[in-house]
Amino acid sequence: MSVDSAPPFSIRDCALLSIATGWRIYTLGELRAGVAAADDETIYFHFWGSLLQPRFEEREFNNDFAAWIRHDLHDAKLAEQVAVVDPREFPNLGVLKSELLDLIDERLVEAEYLHFSRSVRPFEFMRAQIVVFGTDKSVTNPEQLGELVPQLSVSSIFYHFIDARRRVPTAGDDFSAWLANFGETGTRLCDRLAQVDPYFIPLTILRDQLAAIFAEELGGDHAAR
Amino acid sequence: MLLDEYARVAGEDVIEHLRQLARPLAGKRLVNVNSTREGGGVAEILRKLVPLAQELGIDAQWEVIAGSPEFYECTKAMHNALQGNPVRIPEELLKVYEETNRANAEALHDKLADADVVFIHDPQPAPLIGYVARRTGRWVWRCHIDASQPYRPVWKYLRDFVAPYDASVFSLAGFTQAMPHPEYVIPPSIDPLSAKNIDLPWHEVAATCHGFGIDVDRPLVVQISRFDHFKDPVGVIEAYRLAKAYIPQLQVVLAGGGAADDPEGDVVFAETRAAAADDPDIHVLALPPDAHRTVNALQRAAHIGMQKSTREGFGLTVTEAMWKGKPVIGGDVGGIRLQVIDHHTGFRVNSPEGASLRIRYLLHQPKKIRAMGWKAREFVRENFLVTRQLREYLTLCVGLLHGATERIELV
Repeated sequence: MSVDSAPPFSIRDCALLSIATGWRIYTLGELRAGVAAADDETIYFHFWGSLLQPRFEEREFNNDFAAWIRHDLHDAKLAEQVAVVDPREFPNLGVLKSELLDLIDERLVEAEYLHFSRSVRPFEFMRAQIVVFGTDKSVTNPEQLGELVPQLSVSSIFYHFIDARRRVPTAGDDFSAWLANFGETGTRLCDRLAQVDPYFIPLTILRDQLAAIFAEELGGDHAAR
Repeated sequence: MLLDEYARVAGEDVIEHLRQLARPLAGKRLVNVNSTREGGGVAEILRKLVPLAQELGIDAQWEVIAGSPEFYECTKAMHNALQGNPVRIPEELLKVYEETNRANAEALHDKLADADVVFIHDPQPAPLIGYVARRTGRWVWRCHIDASQPYRPVWKYLRDFVAPYDASVFSLAGFTQAMPHPEYVIPPSIDPLSAKNIDLPWHEVAATCHGFGIDVDRPLVVQISRFDHFKDPVGVIEAYRLAKAYIPQLQVVLAGGGAADDPEGDVVFAETRAAAADDPDIHVLALPPDAHRTVNALQRAAHIGMQKSTREGFGLTVTEAMWKGKPVIGGDVGGIRLQVIDHHTGFRVNSPEGASLRIRYLLHQPKKIRAMGWKAREFVRENFLVTRQLREYLTLCVGLLHGATERIELV
């Protein structure tokens, strides 16, 4: 598609709700069974959903599984191993789930006492419900997008830059999928966006990083808020 | 416009987000029902959620059920039982409970039957659903109580009333109970523009304290909460006494307003006064339910907020103290766990000894008090203001009205 025929980029936004599944577990074996039985929405929630939940931003661990294994099951080694699992490295949530199960299995073989260790507080399996809605904002070129990014809500950033990984896995995110229509400028921006690691930072910082990339690549003061 | 005022505190992007989310709900009738207009966190939050929703174009309404003292005696016992207290509720009180709901359902029938979404708050009006036969909308039971380990006989009784709802909402995942419908998790919030949370001039803070004989130049720990055993006011006094041995200038305030639906408050208040004995640095204050600016001033005068609960729903008084830039020492229970992050926004404790240790720790490090207080305020700004709660309620309504699938695309 040429630059001239690129459709406008419509900004969307989303809101995420947490739904309790009612499944509470207390041991690593139960966690394994829970993960094995969990659907994609549950895995998604515990790896990505917490970014949009009321949580303290300076999180020690990036996914809920690692946090529970460390703080409630008190197994530092497995917590570290699970914490570094980056969901972006897996083609889909099913493969991500398999990796998690492998790590748990290996640790159960390695440390037999974990079959019997029981946490005081349970791990609560949750799932996400997401509502996606349109906004009045749309842009027709990368410069306009660069000006808009600093003003986007964090949930809009979540939708276009994180949730998009499930919808447009080849492009990585909605911005890149659209920017690919804009020749060399678009390619440069796509390359820079691909280097952003959204998994280890709060959404407010992610928004700042994206704004800075647009400002640097397009030469304007698009990062100013 | 109310929304403009909130934009100044929460950010324009947050308000814009609400406007977009509310569009599919324009003109829909959303009715909230609870049991009191004064006192308690539920009434406080409805007082702002309802007008905000109205400004967003939603036909939001708030109804209050009426009941006799026996009714409130029953619902207070039910409240305690849901929090784990083994309370046996006499059959005759349960009959009053059901009859009161039947009478209220009759009075509210037309408003409830045609509403698009009905939010029923807490156990008091829970049976209403059974008496509104031709209801057309979606009904949600909103439980504000820590029901993680309820006294089973009472929960079993109540469960029959709440099971027919289309969904329920709890403040934390740990509070949920097995139900035949989706159970959403939505933490509550505070209103930054209410009399209880709005900025106050220091002279007003000082004058309020002076009126109670509190010295604003000496260390002050403040617990604001109803006089309720689960808030452990006597444990706070024990913690104060243990810390006072090391910090002789220490003062403590235990202040709370009664709620119209809480007949137990007088008993606990008397116990607390007795525990305070004649120590002039322990201030046990029974405040009227509308003493919002007084509560605000006391929280602002505090060096440390305290909420030494042994059971807690969410603990909005913790949120309020944090919003005023105070680190909070809180019981390691319920929603306090979500708000008080050790060494960041305060400390979680499990005993009067633990609370006294943290009082001493903080009062010896004023810089830490300031740093943790700043973090606490920002944490609340991001997560626990009424705008965030409204967003989640709107999302829930959209979800219910569009069929509760995992993903709803409104574009």
